[in-house]
Amino acid sequence: MKQAEFLNVVMPFKDKLYRMAKRLLVSREEAEDATQEILLKLWSKNESMGEYKNVEAFAMTMTKNFCLDRLKSKQAGNLKLVHSNYTDENVSLQRQLEAEDSISWMERIMEDLPEQQKMVLQLRDVEQYEFEEICELLDMKPTAVRVALSRARKSVREELMKKHSYGIG
Amino acid sequence: MELGNVEKILEKYFEASTTVAEERTLREYFAQDSVAPHLEQYRPMFNYFSIAKEEKYTKQVPLKPRVNYYKWLSVAAAVVLTFGIYFGNQYQERKQLEKDQALLAYQETKKAFELLAENFGRGTEKVAYLKEFEAAREKIYNNN
Repeated sequence: MKQAEFLNVVMPFKDKLYRMAKRLLVSREEAEDATQEILLKLWSKNESMGEYKNVEAFAMTMTKNFCLDRLKSKQAGNLKLVHSNYTDENVSLQRQLEAEDSISWMERIMEDLPEQQKMVLQLRDVEQYEFEEICELLDMKPTAVRVALSRARKSVREELMKKHSYGIG
Repeated sequence: MELGNVEKILEKYFEASTTVAEERTLREYFAQDSVAPHLEQYRPMFNYFSIAKEEKYTKQVPLKPRVNYYKWLSVAAAVVLTFGIYFGNQYQERKQLEKDQALLAYQETKKAFELLAENFGRGTEKVAYLKEFEAAREKIYNNN
């Protein structure tokens, strides 16, 4: 496979890999390194890439495993916590401030979820994968995915309700 | 969209039994400005999901250097091989010459030593006459 071809295959989902890595590793630098690592690994396998039915799913699984390994390894102690701010020029300043506030809230809520719930929520609610795809990516049974997803959504709701009833933000 | 419908989907949403399309309608509902007050608390959640999807991997994918590296590696190997063969040959020739010279020197030295040995041999023959003097002297001593 030529480099241009490879990039055409990889480009559409490289952001998804990065977002998944960032969801798990939290720090932007760590996630960027992980994504680069995965892309290089894919590139080194590009000869056999035609054999995979679904390169995206394969890359996603690789990312998941790589990040979980990273978290488990000793180096995980050195992971930096970075909360990057999102900017969206389309909204007015007032709404932007509000949005940034609630976004950093959501970010922190999601950080506190168990890894499996994080991944399920990321894949479903952010990336909108179908259930079958999530089962395949995470190597889980459909019922387990549903349970994890429901739990993740409910704990996010609970945290949001706490915040809402305190009237912060 | 009517409120009742949103509430129904929302309920299903937390049981994880909504479809991707239904979840999209939820995100669209919460993206608009007017949201029912009692649903306001869910707004950050759905807005966050939409925004989180916007994040991009901005770093360059560093594929080029690696490919170039391999290409130049073969060139370097070819250069090293050519030089190796060239200088290797020269070295071999020099070594052979040295060997020949050493052999020549050895043979010359051997010839010189042989000559020396021959002369030494002749020397001892002459020394043998000295014994005659010794014998004569003994005779004279014994007589006195």
